[in-house]
Amino acid sequence: MKNDLKTASKSELEQLSGGDMLVRSLQAEGVEYVFGYPGGAVLHIYDALFRQDVIKHFLVRHEQAATHMADGYARATGRPGVVLVTSGPGATNAITGIATAYMDSIPMVVISGQVQSHLIGTDSFQETDMVGISRPIVKHSFLVKRAVDIPETIKKAFYLANSGRPGPVVVDIPKDITNPADLHPFEHPEAVSIRSYNPVTRGHSGQIKKAVTMLLAAERPMIYSGGGVIQGEGSGLLTALVKRLGYPITSTLMGLGAFPSTDPQFLGMLGMHGTVEANNAMHHCDVLLAVGARFDDRVTNTISKFCPYAKIVHIDVDPTSISKNVAVDVPIVGPVISVLTEMLGLIDLETKAQGEHNAKHLADWWAQIEGWRGQDCLAYESDANVIKPQQAVQAVYQATGGGAYVSSDVGQHQMFAALYYPFDWPRQWINSGGLGTMGFGLPAAMGVQVAFPDAQVVCITGEGSIQMNIQELSTCRQYELPVKIININNRALGMVRQWQDMQYEGRHSHSYMDSIPDFKALAEAYGHVGIKITKPEELLPGLEAAFALKDQLVFVDIEVDPNEHVYPMHVAPNGSMRDMWLKKGIRT
Amino acid sequence: MRRIISILLENEAGALSRVIGLFAQRNYNIESLTVAPTDDVSLSRLTLTTSASDVEVEQITKQLNKLIEVVKLADLTDGEHVERELMLLKVKASGAQRAEVKRVADIFRGQIIDVTASTYAIQLSGTTEKLDAFINALSESVVLEVVRTGVTGLSRGEKVLAL
Ligand SMILES: Cc1ncc(C[n+]2csc(CCOP(=O)(O)OP(=O)(O)O)c2C)c(N)n1
Ligand SMILES: [Mg+2]
Repeated sequence: MKNDLKTASKSELEQLSGGDMLVRSLQAEGVEYVFGYPGGAVLHIYDALFRQDVIKHFLVRHEQAATHMADGYARATGRPGVVLVTSGPGATNAITGIATAYMDSIPMVVISGQVQSHLIGTDSFQETDMVGISRPIVKHSFLVKRAVDIPETIKKAFYLANSGRPGPVVVDIPKDITNPADLHPFEHPEAVSIRSYNPVTRGHSGQIKKAVTMLLAAERPMIYSGGGVIQGEGSGLLTALVKRLGYPITSTLMGLGAFPSTDPQFLGMLGMHGTVEANNAMHHCDVLLAVGARFDDRVTNTISKFCPYAKIVHIDVDPTSISKNVAVDVPIVGPVISVLTEMLGLIDLETKAQGEHNAKHLADWWAQIEGWRGQDCLAYESDANVIKPQQAVQAVYQATGGGAYVSSDVGQHQMFAALYYPFDWPRQWINSGGLGTMGFGLPAAMGVQVAFPDAQVVCITGEGSIQMNIQELSTCRQYELPVKIININNRALGMVRQWQDMQYEGRHSHSYMDSIPDFKALAEAYGHVGIKITKPEELLPGLEAAFALKDQLVFVDIEVDPNEHVYPMHVAPNGSMRDMWLKKGIRT
Repeated sequence: MRRIISILLENEAGALSRVIGLFAQRNYNIESLTVAPTDDVSLSRLTLTTSASDVEVEQITKQLNKLIEVVKLADLTDGEHVERELMLLKVKASGAQRAEVKRVADIFRGQIIDVTASTYAIQLSGTTEKLDAFINALSESVVLEVVRTGVTGLSRGEKVLAL
């Protein structure tokens, strides 16, 4: 009887083609937007998209931009970004964006068309082994073999992309699987489980207790937070913990905004271009609490000289992050939310029992830190005739009241943005930290604008980076995305040039460009507003005028001093955290 | 130090390439590798040997565990275990060599599994060291071809690697 019912309901299931199933599955996952570009292998899917109006598709001008748009959307919202590309060149164009998302643990689902099943392996037209090519840069991937497998595969793809340590998942679908002529019963599973995949849900209580005891006994404590705090939605708890303890905190490039940058307990960013106070406090601390950070080589400088006096507690959701680069004393594998909640509870209990900890030591430690902070390492000399890049970023902060989403590209302008625009909330700073992808900034900003149409979205870029995805100005026109592009134009691949100045005796091998376009005219050619600013006194009024144009994309081309370097900068090789260049020729 | 890592892997297309790819991508070495389906058709059992320090092997096992298709794994060298490797050799067996080769094979408990007028095919199983010793015991001039399966193994006692 039971069986009969089951068969009866099976036959009542809607009959759909693979293409329609895919779109319905995406709808069932709550997908609002897809970023993509059509081609032969995905035409059935595009036709299915055409026949519905739940999901809105954004047509980019290059598939790399589709991945960065989805990525920007994901970074700003915490929801997976969805990409749709065709086989062969469509798939390979998506690779840089997938790698970018992978390095920063961004949830993304990439659907790529594949040639028809019977043609796979025959070097057929536009065939690329997408699963193979993307294998080292995805959290997981699927090659769909039967249309009936689509709903479950999509469910799994979203589950994997957005749980544990998030990341991109590729779903490669041969064209015949989406054929509109073949209908199959459609059933979207409510939930999936994968027997070999069980992300931890809480940290080890014994370890957490040990960590709390160690933290409370610290004389020179330091907290080092990373992108995992933002990804894991732990910003509020981290802020509560830092406030509760009164300890100093620094952040990686990826973690900026998790703790408010304008708070006095924040010592600024650490690492290669970190502040004197943050890097020194790291070097001298006796207990280090690392949360959702991965001891990247851009943070640690020479590993053997990293935090020589510290006992290290490390909280991370991914066990492979623990003791990968730096051996830690108290590893805690678990989601930041549950671990920090447990820690806060214990801190209250222990301090109630023992009274407040080490007030005297902490005061001494803060006095030492204020000494470093007093060096004012971010000070720069302004000039009446030429705009300094630092000054340009500060003016953007002023003109936006600190309230904008800021994406950046990669180079000096990126570091200036990170150092001179204080971020006060998580997900405000949208940046390719791990892969360092030039060309990320504009499409990522577009993805943020899609997610938050009324928000102020700024892309701080350089004349080198912006040209890596400049074609997206056309997409912005089509969908009326009023992103504000701030081009810190130093007429050079500035970061490359800085290294050449410092390490190659100023031999500027291919770090300049001879024919930079007239960006104002270019923006206008795409139907946008262009502004060129060359004088310091035009800076703030020009930016204010640009931000006043709420509904339009404005390309603000700011001519800045081409000779400026980013400081502080770690001394390498063989330097420790506290060894820094402070100005040209001056070091700690 | 040599490690024997034993893995239960989803028996799916592409799963093996993820394991191999991980080793290449992260600059770990694989000395031997053997893989076949198990009594549970949904699973393959893969045994690999690698040489790595304690710190490295911890990273390797964690990275392997992170692969979605890796269901379970164990470092057999962590505890007591038994290990075997199977080797087939084709050797010259003519004239005076014929009796000598047979004698050495007998000492090592090898079995002659194919015979022609001028060659023997010999089957031998044991630890890697034993197989190495057998090859060394034969004079170089008689060995025509060697094929080895790579190490496979089990932990001793009650411990099992199963679902
Ligand atoms: C796709 C890509 N290619 C090369 C690099 C190496 N790179 C890092 S910064 C940089 C220069 C960037 O120039 P620009 O965008 O003008 O920024 P600036 O440093 O001048 O502010 C280069 C080439 C990179 N990060 N990404
Ligand atoms: Mg530049």
